[in-house]
Amino acid sequence: MSDVTTTVHTDHQDHAHPPGLQHHFTNMTQQFEAAKLGMWLFLVTEVLLFGGLFVGYGIMHSKHPEAFVAAHHHLDWRLGALNTIVLLLSSFTMVMGVWAAQTGQRKKLIAFLLLTIILAMVFMGVKYVEYSHKFHEGLLPGKFYSHQGDTVPGQFMFFSFYFMMTGLHGIHVLLGIVAILWITFRAWRGHFSAQYYGPVDIVGLYWHLVDLIWIYLFPLMYLIS
Amino acid sequence: MADAMTPTAAHSHPDYLSENKGLWNWLTTVDHKRIGLMYLWSVATFMIIGGLLALVIRLELLTPKQTIMSAELYNRAFTLHGAIMTFLVIIPAIPAILGNFALPLLLGAKDVAFPRLNLASLYVYWIGAAMAVSTLLLGGVDTGWTFYTPYSTTTGGGVSMMVLAAFVLGFSSIFTGLNFIATTHKLRAPGMGWFQLPLFVWGMYSTAIIQILATPVLGITLLLLVMERVFHIGIFDPQLGGDPVLFQHFFWFYSHPAVYIMILPAMAVMSEVIPTFSKKSIFGYKAIAFSSVAIALLGFLVWAHHMFVAGMSLFAGAIFSFLTFFIAIPSAIKVFNWIATMWRGSIDLKVPMLYAINFLLIFTIGGLTGLFLASLSTDVHLHDTYFVVSHFHYVMAGSNMIALLAGLHYWWPKMYGRMYNNTLATIACTLIFIGFNATFLPQFVMGSRGMPRRYYNYLEQFQTMHVASTIGSWILAAGLFLALATLLASLRKPKDAVPNPWNGRTFEWEAGSPPITHNFEHTPVCIYSPYDYRENPVPIAEEEKSAH
Repeated sequence: MSDVTTTVHTDHQDHAHPPGLQHHFTNMTQQFEAAKLGMWLFLVTEVLLFGGLFVGYGIMHSKHPEAFVAAHHHLDWRLGALNTIVLLLSSFTMVMGVWAAQTGQRKKLIAFLLLTIILAMVFMGVKYVEYSHKFHEGLLPGKFYSHQGDTVPGQFMFFSFYFMMTGLHGIHVLLGIVAILWITFRAWRGHFSAQYYGPVDIVGLYWHLVDLIWIYLFPLMYLIS
Repeated sequence: MADAMTPTAAHSHPDYLSENKGLWNWLTTVDHKRIGLMYLWSVATFMIIGGLLALVIRLELLTPKQTIMSAELYNRAFTLHGAIMTFLVIIPAIPAILGNFALPLLLGAKDVAFPRLNLASLYVYWIGAAMAVSTLLLGGVDTGWTFYTPYSTTTGGGVSMMVLAAFVLGFSSIFTGLNFIATTHKLRAPGMGWFQLPLFVWGMYSTAIIQILATPVLGITLLLLVMERVFHIGIFDPQLGGDPVLFQHFFWFYSHPAVYIMILPAMAVMSEVIPTFSKKSIFGYKAIAFSSVAIALLGFLVWAHHMFVAGMSLFAGAIFSFLTFFIAIPSAIKVFNWIATMWRGSIDLKVPMLYAINFLLIFTIGGLTGLFLASLSTDVHLHDTYFVVSHFHYVMAGSNMIALLAGLHYWWPKMYGRMYNNTLATIACTLIFIGFNATFLPQFVMGSRGMPRRYYNYLEQFQTMHVASTIGSWILAAGLFLALATLLASLRKPKDAVPNPWNGRTFEWEAGSPPITHNFEHTPVCIYSPYDYRENPVPIAEEEKSAH
């Protein structure tokens, strides 16, 4: 039984490698699809990671509704709304970046990626203003909560979740900035083409998730009643 | 399964063990086979440490009062035993060792989809392991491996470090699972559809689903526990308005599915070993494949059966009890299918098959005793007794360890190109079976008579059974030591294994023993079913034609 004439791929030494193709993949499509599937699976784990915090928040909110509502008045919804707009814009520039990569327009790709990074930094800047205000007022998580003149007790719990959730999200924004810087650098070095743009695409997917999580965080923190 | 070149015909490449030797080449390798072997020796090291702790614990329990150590030391010993065995041994054991080694070979692939991520998972494992061991220097951990609040948020020692270690180890597990799903989807050999996958792959795929969906929840739960310890955020502390039972819900939402991370890979090994040594096509291929997925999904709906006495509503308890009974069905389907595979087969009692038969006995005892714990009323009596300890050792420790040994003896010739001494390995297998049952059968009895788990002292009426259990642990240790020594001794010989020592039908037996770095001289093509043991195998395409 040896009708092995049908073997697809025979040798590891002499195939003409398209740039960017790793040894264990047969072609670029297979590699791209595997990377994309991997990224989606990673995003699933991210959703579940944040999901735990959302469930914890929901349960504690239902246990202490007055404290949570009273505490959320310390947040400035206008700053939260500003950041929502900033992140939505950054998602748009990211989409344009992916489009530029797919169509092989290197300069536009770099420009859109840099714009995305700037918007992400604006987001972190606004977050810095908000955080320093909270620090100044003693609106801190857990045992470090030292705000004076509260009429409703137990507001520290809201700030525990506020800092954990926005903090974890902030870390994701920072990691996103690093990832986008990395693909900007690779784009500048001319690694990408209309045939090979997988890394841009999957970093884009990650960035949209970071944006999406904020879209849920914003009403949960700033707009409860 | 398909045809390949006869291995002697073309050996133009050196095998993966001989190519690029040296420590640095191993530490920077992306070869799934080398990563699997490094996992093997890392996990084996921790299995020895965890096993020695178990021996010490059993020795302490030889007498009703203090035997060799203080009560505090005893608490730390069983916590470290549980944490090491759960997070460092059982969870990574079969996926990270056998899965890494065999899954790409079974698919006819050159490697996993993300080889660098695979290497990263090993380094993350080492970091997590170092963190877990470092708790010894921080005063130890005395909470038990479940870290229940509020005790875990108030006691001293290295709780935060141990919890962070488990958090880090979770990433290692996620990376492995992510790799296996992507590899199964994208790197199957030409002609291999989903129902031509070897069942080992189905088992690994189902395991990976749990690793992806459950591990992040454990991650965030453990982070919340650390936050509670450091910042007193209040979520689990009743004095601050939190809920300690919420921790148990969060914890078991991961940790119950995690027991299926432990058992599904064991079942996956069985589905390869049993048909190979029965020389018969597996009975009920699709039933086994789908029951793996069913276990993975149902496993998410039963977590609160750990908490029947924790103050949950009776209605919720009844629902979780019902769902827990439900999960026995796919497990039983598998056991019956394996037995039906053996029926009228040409059974060859080689060492892997002996382990497989051991597994069937031990898993059946473990599974059936689970039903007593799933029933609300009996669980009130049995909760937190040695009955529970014995039950989960049968399903988690015994079944997993014996399946690991079955797989290790099955793929050992493929891993190292050498055959081990059959007689010694058979003796080891027998000792393990006797030792395991001698250790844990008495625990069912004393548990049902009221011996609580984790107690340092006990009533004198339980001493006979504790002594039996301790003697059993020595037999078990002797068996494991002999098994390890037999495998290691084979490495001193020159390579003597043929490519297909067991007459298996799956792809890995077409590669050399050991395979070359890229696994196959020629990419295999899937022509026959992976379990077609007929004298003249019929190609899948023809079989489908005749079916219509």
